[in-house]
Amino acid sequence: MLEPTSQGASSAPCAAAAVTHARFPGLARRLPWLVLALLAAFPLLAPAFGLEYYVGFVRRVLIVAIAATSLNFILGYGGMAALGHAGFIGVGAYTVVALVEAGFSSAWLAWGSAALVAGLAAAAIGAVSLRTRGVYFIMITLAFAQMLYYLAVSLRTWGGDDGYGLYTPLELGAWLDGAHAQVFYWVVLAIAAAVFALFSRVAHSRYGHALRGIRDNEMRMVALGYPVYGLKLAGFVAAGAVAGLAGGLLASHNAFVSPSIMHWTQSALLLVMVMLGGAGRRWGAPLGVALWLTLEEVLKLYTDYWHWPLGLLLLLVVFHAPQGVAALLERRGGREGAR
Amino acid sequence: MDAIFVFEQLLNGLGYGLMLFLIAAGLTLVFGIMDTMNLAHGSLYMAGAYVAARVHEASGAFALAVLVAVGVTVAIAAVAEFLVIRRLYRRDHLVQVLATFGIILIADDAVKAIWGVAPLLASTPAALAGPVALLEGLPYPSYRLLLIGAGLTVALGLHLLVNKTRIGMLVRAGASNRQMAEHMGVRVGGVFAFVFALGAALAALAGALMAPISAVQIGMGEAILIPALVVIVIGGIGSVRGAFVAALLVGMVDTAGRAFLPPALRAVLPPSVAADLGPALAGIAMYVLMAAVLTLKPAGLFPARG
Repeated sequence: MLEPTSQGASSAPCAAAAVTHARFPGLARRLPWLVLALLAAFPLLAPAFGLEYYVGFVRRVLIVAIAATSLNFILGYGGMAALGHAGFIGVGAYTVVALVEAGFSSAWLAWGSAALVAGLAAAAIGAVSLRTRGVYFIMITLAFAQMLYYLAVSLRTWGGDDGYGLYTPLELGAWLDGAHAQVFYWVVLAIAAAVFALFSRVAHSRYGHALRGIRDNEMRMVALGYPVYGLKLAGFVAAGAVAGLAGGLLASHNAFVSPSIMHWTQSALLLVMVMLGGAGRRWGAPLGVALWLTLEEVLKLYTDYWHWPLGLLLLLVVFHAPQGVAALLERRGGREGAR
Repeated sequence: MDAIFVFEQLLNGLGYGLMLFLIAAGLTLVFGIMDTMNLAHGSLYMAGAYVAARVHEASGAFALAVLVAVGVTVAIAAVAEFLVIRRLYRRDHLVQVLATFGIILIADDAVKAIWGVAPLLASTPAALAGPVALLEGLPYPSYRLLLIGAGLTVALGLHLLVNKTRIGMLVRAGASNRQMAEHMGVRVGGVFAFVFALGAALAALAGALMAPISAVQIGMGEAILIPALVVIVIGGIGSVRGAFVAALLVGMVDTAGRAFLPPALRAVLPPSVAADLGPALAGIAMYVLMAAVLTLKPAGLFPARG
């Protein structure tokens, strides 16, 4: 049960927040740890406050945040506005379905394969898409995701339009199964923390700097001798694989997979959440996902009309915080333009 | 599969393509001239469909319903342009996606509040309810013929407007090189507003005409938006001629894919495989078309800039 936290611990120090950095330097360094500790303790504390229902909700937020973090990496740092990221989530989810259908039951095998297959799909799609630029890149990634969507709709062996139920949970391994009702939550948290720490570190590595160079001035990077196409493709494949992993986790979370998880509006929502949080900001993806999904959940409690306040929020962000909420928090903390 | 069936499907494809053109024309002009990606264009289509369906139901006059739908939608578009779109012209494409996605959310809730969640059943005008015999043994719904006629008329009108009038010249100048047009003294603000209103009118017309033969429901705007975007990318962003050719191509490919692919596959593949594969390939057809066009011509068939 301590496993998840220690796994996240190995690489989390690099994830020191820029939030409130100037005024509370100590807090900034400790904040990621504090968030991680709170999230880890949540399933234990929730029953005391009657919030058991929200353990599942936070688990979903974490899974979506994994996918959003991978999108933030290629969008925010690589400048690749992919409008087909939900397609890779779908590939991951359907990989799990295929393995379950074939009789496999190991969660690690299923999720690992989900990442692998989605990575391969991203390699094929990226190889073609990355030859285009700007709006054409947006459109061609969308086109490929739509192809995957229609493929899933028509594959009746895996449920087609009606979806596919995963009735028995996947097995996590000898001692993890049945150790606690919320083991899956901690596994998801550990994976999310690891993915977040990994992308944060890579974003500030040599590779991350090269990627940002490409985002800001591609021609100059070509002139400097960087293998621009290869660097972009590597980022695209990594992001696709992680999105596939999120898809595999989502399949386990919902115990159900249907083509709707890769509908184009899901890809658009993922983009919207990343930009709401702040594209190219370390905390952009998790902040955007948490904010969006929490608002959605809260608004649904009070009204059937929960879309328009979110729409209004997007317009407010566009006109008053175009760099996203993370940037807003960083500015409040006194560190202008920290990335 | 006989000649009559093929001919019928070709006419269906033509009708669908022309409706796609009405939506795509506005989208491609807004995109080409203002460099603005307006995802909420589909919401204007939805507004047209809803208003037309309700006015037709209340008054019984279809022509009136179409006119009111176009008028109301243009008014809505004018407000949206004034409040939001106008401030987006010089912003990043992704910011435009974010803002116009927000408008979609607001529009969908507004429609839900006004007309409810249940899809509306829009009836065809009584005079056009029956089929006409085009050839011997080929009855074709007269309403679909009206659709084709209206689509072709509007396409011709738009062609004349863009190519033969002064405002059309300004529009073309803006699409091919906006900065140069500005330097030459074109008042782009006015041209922008005109183009946006024109696009809204065309989208509303398409919505009003499509209402009787499609489901009038929340989300119809998002569903038609993607094929419309595919059309403008294939045609070349900013080119009305390109949008026309691409819309007919996409309409034909999509309709033909749905009509002919499943039976063709059943003839060569085992039934179970064909049943799975047929609908998938039919749905995918237009995206394959787009990927193929972009591979050969990265800026579309008729690039407006160049």
